Amino acid sequence: MLYGATIRSTIPCGKITRRRIDLPAGFIVADHRDIPGKNYVALIEPDQPCLAEEHVRHVAEPVLLVAHHDKHGLIGIERHVTVDYAAATPNYDPEKSDLCFKRIAIDKGEIDRGLRNADVVIEGEYRTGHQEQLYIETNGVIAVPGDGQMTVYGSLQCPYYVHKALVVLLNLSPDKVRVIQTETGGGFGGKEEYPSMLACHAAILARKAGRPVKMIYDRVEDLIATTKRHPSIVRHRTGLTRDGKLMAVDIDVVMDGGAYATLSAVVLSRGVIHAAGPYRCDHVRIRGRAMMTHTPPNGAFRGFGAPQTQFAVEAHMDRIAEQLGIDPVRLREINALKPGDTTATGQHLGDDASALPVLREAVKRSHFTKKRRQLKGTNRGIGLSLFFHGSGFTGGGEVKLASKASLELTATGARILVASTEIGQGTRTMHAQIVADALGIPFDAVDVHEVDTEFVPDSGPTVASRTCMIVGKLLERCARDMKKRLGRQTPAQYFRAHGPFTVTAQYEPPPGLRWDDERYAGDAYGSYAWSCNVVELEVDPVTFEVTPINITAVAEIGKAIHPMMAIGQIEGGTAQGIGFALTEEVVMQDGRMANAQLTNYIIPTPLDAAPIDVAILERPYLHGPFGAKGVGEMPIDGPAPAVINALRHCGYDVRSIPATPERLLTARR
Amino acid sequence: MRFTLNGRARTVKSHPMKRLLDVLREDCGLTGTKEGCGEGECGACTVLIDGVAVDSCLVPAAHVEGLKVITIEGAAKTRLGKALQNAFVEHGGAQCGICTPGMILAAAPLKPGASLHEIKTALAGNLCRCTGYPAIFRSVEAALTRKKEVIRARAR
Repeated sequence: MLYGATIRSTIPCGKITRRRIDLPAGFIVADHRDIPGKNYVALIEPDQPCLAEEHVRHVAEPVLLVAHHDKHGLIGIERHVTVDYAAATPNYDPEKSDLCFKRIAIDKGEIDRGLRNADVVIEGEYRTGHQEQLYIETNGVIAVPGDGQMTVYGSLQCPYYVHKALVVLLNLSPDKVRVIQTETGGGFGGKEEYPSMLACHAAILARKAGRPVKMIYDRVEDLIATTKRHPSIVRHRTGLTRDGKLMAVDIDVVMDGGAYATLSAVVLSRGVIHAAGPYRCDHVRIRGRAMMTHTPPNGAFRGFGAPQTQFAVEAHMDRIAEQLGIDPVRLREINALKPGDTTATGQHLGDDASALPVLREAVKRSHFTKKRRQLKGTNRGIGLSLFFHGSGFTGGGEVKLASKASLELTATGARILVASTEIGQGTRTMHAQIVADALGIPFDAVDVHEVDTEFVPDSGPTVASRTCMIVGKLLERCARDMKKRLGRQTPAQYFRAHGPFTVTAQYEPPPGLRWDDERYAGDAYGSYAWSCNVVELEVDPVTFEVTPINITAVAEIGKAIHPMMAIGQIEGGTAQGIGFALTEEVVMQDGRMANAQLTNYIIPTPLDAAPIDVAILERPYLHGPFGAKGVGEMPIDGPAPAVINALRHCGYDVRSIPATPERLLTARR
Repeated sequence: MRFTLNGRARTVKSHPMKRLLDVLREDCGLTGTKEGCGEGECGACTVLIDGVAVDSCLVPAAHVEGLKVITIEGAAKTRLGKALQNAFVEHGGAQCGICTPGMILAAAPLKPGASLHEIKTALAGNLCRCTGYPAIFRSVEAALTRKKEVIRARAR
């Protein structure tokens, strides 16, 4: 086996003038001319080259690949393989960019009328920075070439994304490409689309060498080259009556897409759909755009646009409460979405709309009202956030995906065949529970097939809080069909008499679900999960260091299939949200991440962990498996605004995160 | 270079400056020790050297000459190792699992009845991105309680 390394651009923007390769024998070097198919990473737009040809658009853009049998022989390789450039002027400001990846407009009612009828109009601008997914296992793959074939093993979330990218890159028929997920040490979206790029690189080298090639990034390369959460600028202009009723909501969302389109269009989509928060308003205007800048492409990260826009709306709500002199809980109670209300896209909410129940439960459990009074004027503050998160792909996305799941009868029970990956969130256990219960057999009688595109159908990507609600539902349907066919026999009895059989279910939208992609209106998601966070924290008045003391997270998720794992999702997502709020800052200097190490990109450590009081409420969703909705992403939407609102409570006006001590220093009121 | 690996004498021919992490994974074939950052920040590569939890990515191979090294493969065979492993399963202390070997070895030197603060301090050099830590604390607490019960039972 050979080891592969990537030679990356050292400038943010410019033209490649020369490639100089000065290597002894035994090294294999590949460039874009070694690509037999199309030189782009197939995803949404065909704009991102797998290896740069003439131009580079960001620092760390892949230009050349080198392979060698000794991985230590690749250390310092960039001294022997150099690329010369004619540099051009980069732009890092998304608002000054002349390339827009995607624009979205949402209109409900008449914004001008709403603003005219308002007693007060309150404005605000809110900013969020890059955030790194920081899975503890860095990106890594092994490509194994065969006779006109390619097999890739890797740490990844979406095997069929990688499969599609390899088919386009290698110009092979789909049956000649095989992708196998290996045990994956965390993803959080960071292994949604990026592994396609890495798999393409390893495959190019493997094809040229005629030998397997392993490529594993070290932490620095992983931080410098791979995707991050989109930085955002969100501006609110909100019309209200004097007693706090929302009359008009006008929102402008700008997301920094980085150098190539990747998933920016869909991140923006989820961002704008959640931008108005879980509130009722008849007159809404939302404008969103994802812009190109000369930084490494931003991409999927748990929450997928919603943490940015819900940070803005929830920080804005507390500013509104303050200006109107209304209690922040009361302001939310007045406006929270209830069953029968419509969202910004005009979606009618069913009986499982739970904004008020989660708000009331969180306020009660955290003793919010009492503490809000007691802590006033101290170095401690308490703040809350109310938020929601749509489960599954946005709009018509699930229909387009047309996901499949299969269930195979075995000699002892049943075997699950899905492309959904286990990345720590409990996919295998949760799917097996759903099948066991629907089929009426013990949990141990259910196997889960390894995720290998040669055997498992395309169940869609493992993203978007869809693995339980969408793929789990497909498996529930498979199990019920299988049970019908088994009649009164056990799986073992049927298998002995008739041998194995396989049941497959394909996604069908629930009846009545409608989405208009032109007008961006209708049922944006099959269902929403709802949550409220309360954060109590302390600020050191000398160092401006913020210490969370107590966190409350109440989440309504339809049905917790595995309560302990659901709590694990909520605790883990909440901690990532605290990092997003306080410490996780990607410092970009000349388009390059300057703090690409765990020494100075700071995620929460065990000593930073505040107790999290988690409560799960269940209001079943009719079309989820056993009533379940999505849970994976939602917990990261709420902690940042709750932290910032707690900081406001103790005298700091913060509109931009992370709220580092440097920012707090100037935010003291 | 000679050292004791998981209770057995072991001789390895390697460059003296090779990282112990690589010696364990490549020369000894023990891949339970994980690399997360390569700079001593994340603790995924934690092993016990003479009973002390150490980041093996920062230790040159020559350093462990004559010392006792325990990796997760060795810890899994001990009573406390098993108790920790079971507690991590029961209490959801592992999600993706990549930090788990390091967490278990960092927790191994803790005494029964250790306080939450002592647990947090013992694990302070180990990062987990999945759990946010509460489930890890619950797992370690449960294992240490069990350890205490085992010791008490033995005393009787």
